[in-house]
Amino acid sequence: MPRKKEEVLLDAQKITRATTRIAHEILEKNSGAENLVIIGILRRGADLAKRIAERIKQIEGVEVPVGLLDINLYRDDFHSRLDQPIVQRTEILFDVVDRNVILVDDVLFTGRTIRAALDAIIDFGRPRSIQLAVLIDRGHRELPIRPDYVGKNIPTSKEDRVLVRLEERDNCEEVIIEIAGLKRKTARSGGRASGKGGKKK
Amino acid sequence: MKKPKYDLVIKGGRVIDPAFGFGKEADVFVKEGRIAKIARESKVTLKEISSLPEENIIDASGKIVCPGLIDMHVHFREPGFEGKETIITGCRAAAAGGFTTVCCMPNTSPAVDNQETIEFILSRSEGADARLYVVGAITKDLKGAELAEIGDLVKGGAVAISDDGAYVQNPEIMRRALEYAKMFDIPIITHAEDEYLCSGGVMNESFEGTRLGMKGRPAVGEVIAVLRDIKLCQFVGGRLHVAHVSTAGAVEAIRQAKKEGLNVTAEAAPHHFTLTDDAIGKEFDTNLKVNPPLRTKKDVDAVIKGLVDGTIDCIASDHAPHCEEEKDVEFDQAPPGMIGLETTLGLVKTYLIDKGYLSWADAIRKMTVGPARILGLPVGTLEKDSSADITIIDPDKKWTVKKEKFHSKSQNSPFIGWKLSGKVSHTILGGKAVYSGK
Amino acid sequence: MKLKSRHLLGLEGMAGDELKLILDTAESFREIIERPIKKVPTLRGMTVLNLFYEPSTRTRISFELAEKRLSADTINFSKSMSSVTKGETLKDTVQNIEALKINMIVIRHSSSGVPYYLTQCTDSNIINAGDGRHEHPTQALLDMFTIRRKYGRLDGLRVVLIGDIKHSRVVRSNIWGLKAMGASVAVCGPSTLLPYEVEKFGVDIYTDLDKAMDGADVVNIMRIQLERQQAGLFPSMREYTNLFGVTRDRLRLLNKNYTIMHPGPINRGVEVTSDVADSKSSVILEQVTNGQAVRMAILYLLSGKKREEGE
Repeated sequence: MPRKKEEVLLDAQKITRATTRIAHEILEKNSGAENLVIIGILRRGADLAKRIAERIKQIEGVEVPVGLLDINLYRDDFHSRLDQPIVQRTEILFDVVDRNVILVDDVLFTGRTIRAALDAIIDFGRPRSIQLAVLIDRGHRELPIRPDYVGKNIPTSKEDRVLVRLEERDNCEEVIIEIAGLKRKTARSGGRASGKGGKKK
Repeated sequence: MKKPKYDLVIKGGRVIDPAFGFGKEADVFVKEGRIAKIARESKVTLKEISSLPEENIIDASGKIVCPGLIDMHVHFREPGFEGKETIITGCRAAAAGGFTTVCCMPNTSPAVDNQETIEFILSRSEGADARLYVVGAITKDLKGAELAEIGDLVKGGAVAISDDGAYVQNPEIMRRALEYAKMFDIPIITHAEDEYLCSGGVMNESFEGTRLGMKGRPAVGEVIAVLRDIKLCQFVGGRLHVAHVSTAGAVEAIRQAKKEGLNVTAEAAPHHFTLTDDAIGKEFDTNLKVNPPLRTKKDVDAVIKGLVDGTIDCIASDHAPHCEEEKDVEFDQAPPGMIGLETTLGLVKTYLIDKGYLSWADAIRKMTVGPARILGLPVGTLEKDSSADITIIDPDKKWTVKKEKFHSKSQNSPFIGWKLSGKVSHTILGGKAVYSGK
Repeated sequence: MKLKSRHLLGLEGMAGDELKLILDTAESFREIIERPIKKVPTLRGMTVLNLFYEPSTRTRISFELAEKRLSADTINFSKSMSSVTKGETLKDTVQNIEALKINMIVIRHSSSGVPYYLTQCTDSNIINAGDGRHEHPTQALLDMFTIRRKYGRLDGLRVVLIGDIKHSRVVRSNIWGLKAMGASVAVCGPSTLLPYEVEKFGVDIYTDLDKAMDGADVVNIMRIQLERQQAGLFPSMREYTNLFGVTRDRLRLLNKNYTIMHPGPINRGVEVTSDVADSKSSVILEQVTNGQAVRMAILYLLSGKKREEGE
């Protein structure tokens, strides 16, 4: 498998450090874990949400409720897509009204996923605030959305692909960038075909 | 210039006339609308032909020349439903299918239960492309309640009586009809489907019907109806003709009746020996909705066997035109029936002759002398001095049934798209070509 | 994985993995109807026509609500308010409404085959909400969904369908769907209400309710209509109830953890007694709720399938 066109942005250790740092920043900004809830966007955002909650528990000794959100029903490209995204089960088993919601996703790119997620959360009730935490911010926003907590900012060209692989579902732990302009076909087969090996953003 | 001795010569065809067991290569000579002679080509005939203008000679080499075909069961819808078919368009379709004689069923509006309607129909058929005979009604307005003026109908020209489309449900009425019709020596044509068992049904009662959730017309409804009429015929005498036999049980009942020497005859329609009820579920094609309905493979095999062993005397299309908009509706709502005049010959050739069930002579018998004898028609043969109604068949011509090629005013055929073998090449009525195919 | 057809005409011929996709998707939608705001914007801009040529309350309401909860625009058409009485054909009616630019049609009609017919004369996605005695796929799907939620599976379960088998489209769809998912299916009813050659469905056939219920997990009771008695298919409602009514006494024949189902509306005291219909094992109301989720799933899965995708 040719990996030359790919570059590892974060390894396992750096991912762990980033999530820990984000957990600390969340606690600092919200003066503790009280009234906090965390909602992760399925699938890898949900994995990260669970990790952040775990860190907060380690730091503060408080269990923060974690919800899982499927945003497919809120997409704005529904009519232009031919293949139907498989809808997964949203699990938000707590009330969001007047809570401070930490929305978690793996990669922030155009902002459209976050827009969909904001609409979805507001359908559950009116939170006091929604704050956004992402592992990677790669720029190129198409909507006025900015993150509150960022693991790492990475300058990319729009055609590049950023792949996040997490132990929970990929059997490895890394963030990779595939540089555009190089043979994309090979890169795709390397990244995707190897057993759902990561998510492109 | 000396007038030619013949008006038309059909040269070199294989002449088949089951009426007198003729079947060999010969020339057919026509004069003044009648058959003058049938002879092998000889020096004399060559000389006779040489004086004829070219258009009066048909080269039939490689073709079959037979008496004009007869379809004893058609619906031409006039008067009353001219949007579906008229006598003129129906006769044009007949000619295009190789039929020179047709018998029209009485379910028009008004029904053919009076002499005036017969006169009207016959007057409309003047100059048409086929010879037309009329079947009168058994009961007034086909209601099954009171006998029509059968004597008057016969005087007007009816060659048989029938309430086709409906069964004469009351056995007392049917008994009286058979008795009464004896005086005129005409057959009663029965549409044998018991109303109590079949009413509201839209297809055969079978697993196909069960699967599709369609209300059924069970085979037993036909069998019971045929048996009752046979028993009445046995009791009071008279002549019974069973229309469009569709079930194994009815074929068997008729076979037994014939064995017992009863005056019972029968016909089969092409869709009952080519199609089964499982065709319906594919596309809910309303052109497959017909009464009696398409049955199972077992029934189709029995109908074919009946044709082979002579239980079934003739083949009749039950040509039943309906407008496109009438058929382009929910299956339940569609009127039953399909056109058949222009596909009968090809279906007989492809599904009975090519499969080895019938010889050409057998098949032609069932479409010429067979129906002619049942109805006492003066046609259906090439004997000297008979009317020069002749069908020339291109026996192996391959063709595809196309909607836009129908001459009938309606196109409700389930056979559209079918590839058939055997097609009419010329239809000659009273010595004049009324149809010539390409 | 996606559905093969852009229409839902019936469950006959549908593969197990397609059925599983529908049921799995319905699980996701089941959660939405528990939310405070029971609405997602997924089908915004799409218009669904509910074309009901037969009276229906629960199926029509269920579809309409499913559409609204997916943010589709809906038009309701029923025979009584239509120009059908003025002699307009079904095809003309549908094509006229389609000219107003709609995307999907939910059709209920008394004639078998009408949903297929609509696929031939319109461009919309067609969803069968019951055609004649042919199929009622969404009802069967919600029945299967309800069973699967309770037992976590369908394969290996014994399901008995009781009552008017002959005239029931619910029965036909249930047979196809349950069998494709590996359940064992039996039907039970008066022999006059068993259709011709019913054994060819590959189901067990009973005319003795006790024998049919013996060892079954799920009992799905069909509504018996008075008009069947009037048509002479059985002598009286009283005798029907004696022979085929599901009573508490008969429940002991069933397997432990059994389930009572009924597609509704119920004739209490006729095909089922009130104490059975209202018992702990009855999931009749759960069926109604689940119907929502299943119909949302169908609308969602079909709405993405455009015409150019073919069948």
